[in-house]
Amino acid sequence: MLKLNTSKGKLIVVEGIDGSGKSTQIDLLTKWLRTQGKLVYFSEWNSSPLVKSTTRLGKQEKMFTPTSFSLLQATDFVHRWENHILPMLKVGAIVLADRYAFTAYARDVARGVDPEWVRNLYSFALMPDLVMYFRIPLDTAVERILSSRAKIKYYEAGMDLGLSKDKLTSFRMFQKKVIQQYERMVPEFNFVVIDGATSVEKQQKEVRAAVKGILGGWIGQHDTIPVKKKPLHRIVAKVEGEE
Amino acid sequence: MTETVFYGSGFPYRQIKHMPGMLIVLEGTDGVGRSMQIDMLSHWLEEEGYAVSNTGLKRSPLTQPGLDEAKLGHTLSPLTLSLFYATDFTDRLENQIIPALKAGFIVLSDRYFYSTIARDVVRGADPEWVRKVYGFALKPDLVLYLKADVPTLVTRMVNGRGFDYWESGMDIRCADNLYDSFCVYQDLLIRQFDQMAAEYGFVTIDATRPAEAINKDLQKLIRKSIGKHMHKAA
Repeated sequence: MLKLNTSKGKLIVVEGIDGSGKSTQIDLLTKWLRTQGKLVYFSEWNSSPLVKSTTRLGKQEKMFTPTSFSLLQATDFVHRWENHILPMLKVGAIVLADRYAFTAYARDVARGVDPEWVRNLYSFALMPDLVMYFRIPLDTAVERILSSRAKIKYYEAGMDLGLSKDKLTSFRMFQKKVIQQYERMVPEFNFVVIDGATSVEKQQKEVRAAVKGILGGWIGQHDTIPVKKKPLHRIVAKVEGEE
Repeated sequence: MTETVFYGSGFPYRQIKHMPGMLIVLEGTDGVGRSMQIDMLSHWLEEEGYAVSNTGLKRSPLTQPGLDEAKLGHTLSPLTLSLFYATDFTDRLENQIIPALKAGFIVLSDRYFYSTIARDVVRGADPEWVRKVYGFALKPDLVLYLKADVPTLVTRMVNGRGFDYWESGMDIRCADNLYDSFCVYQDLLIRQFDQMAAEYGFVTIDATRPAEAINKDLQKLIRKSIGKHMHKAA
């Protein structure tokens, strides 16, 4: 299982299905923490350059099986873990992660891999200090995704599982399974649940309160470079799937 | 495969009923002569009338371009390399080996996940963790372990393709030059293989002898295994 975080840093994670609004919230959180002079590092699921070409090839040619998809995303994660997340935690930074091992636990198990197997895969990683799960009705998520971009992608819709020939129907069926897995993890990993259907401001209030809760009394590493001189990471809030 | 057995949970989403083929693995360190033996065995088995399919590490069309690219940069950490190779392995197992076994082929595998485990553990991976990663792997019908000592391997390298960065374990710098690093690294690998020989039931073959003598032994062992297989299937 995930080990206890004994590093100087703090690890904060957002989880939830595509369209749950978690990326918008973590963007706002990142900016807020930075303006407070905190040293913050942001890491996104499936973003390392190492496996990028392989992921693209697998998606284009529809070559993935549930196990190879799971392993390639774990490869991506371990690369980010060793090169970015762990060193930043050791520095004493606040690491904010848009998706973490729980995404694999939810999606890969929804695809049919063994839950114990995928938990072992990520057992080198640390248990976050805070996991915020953005709970949202499926209809709201679908509506958001469809209004923000043209189409749902093949693997995002779980089309590889052959649940339905219709992409939207398949998407709904697959995300329903993913939600079931997330809901199971709420008590297992002590997720703080945020209602993703409420207003952005209301959610951000809850997010900041939860973060304050774990940062109380913690010192960590302060940022020595003034905020204004740094380019802000991902300025535009967006709703986007990563799969 | 008279019965389908996995080391762990296998592929729960996949229904595998009947696989009449056989999975035969050749294992051993770099320069032990595996690929030459596989060539000879393929010819022999095809002459005997069996359909043969070959596979080997890093040959998956999904991961090969990406792995080659990543290895050129030498930026792969041991854990990253480990999981990238596991991706290659499952892709070949699900898309190549299992379909061939279903079709009744004899699959000759140039290495299996045991090689990857040996390499990962030498690089500091948790032995139990990496074994669990391969819980999806199929148990082969026969694992033939070609064993040679470091001086023999060194001679083969000089006569063959020379010393290679990865085969010398230069990513973990066992020494400050290719030759010394190769000797230390291959010795560490051999120890891992010896340990696994008992754990996974390898048949160990003395690979310091001429290729023809080794091949004769391999043919004998494979013939026996095919006989057992036919007997069980009947």
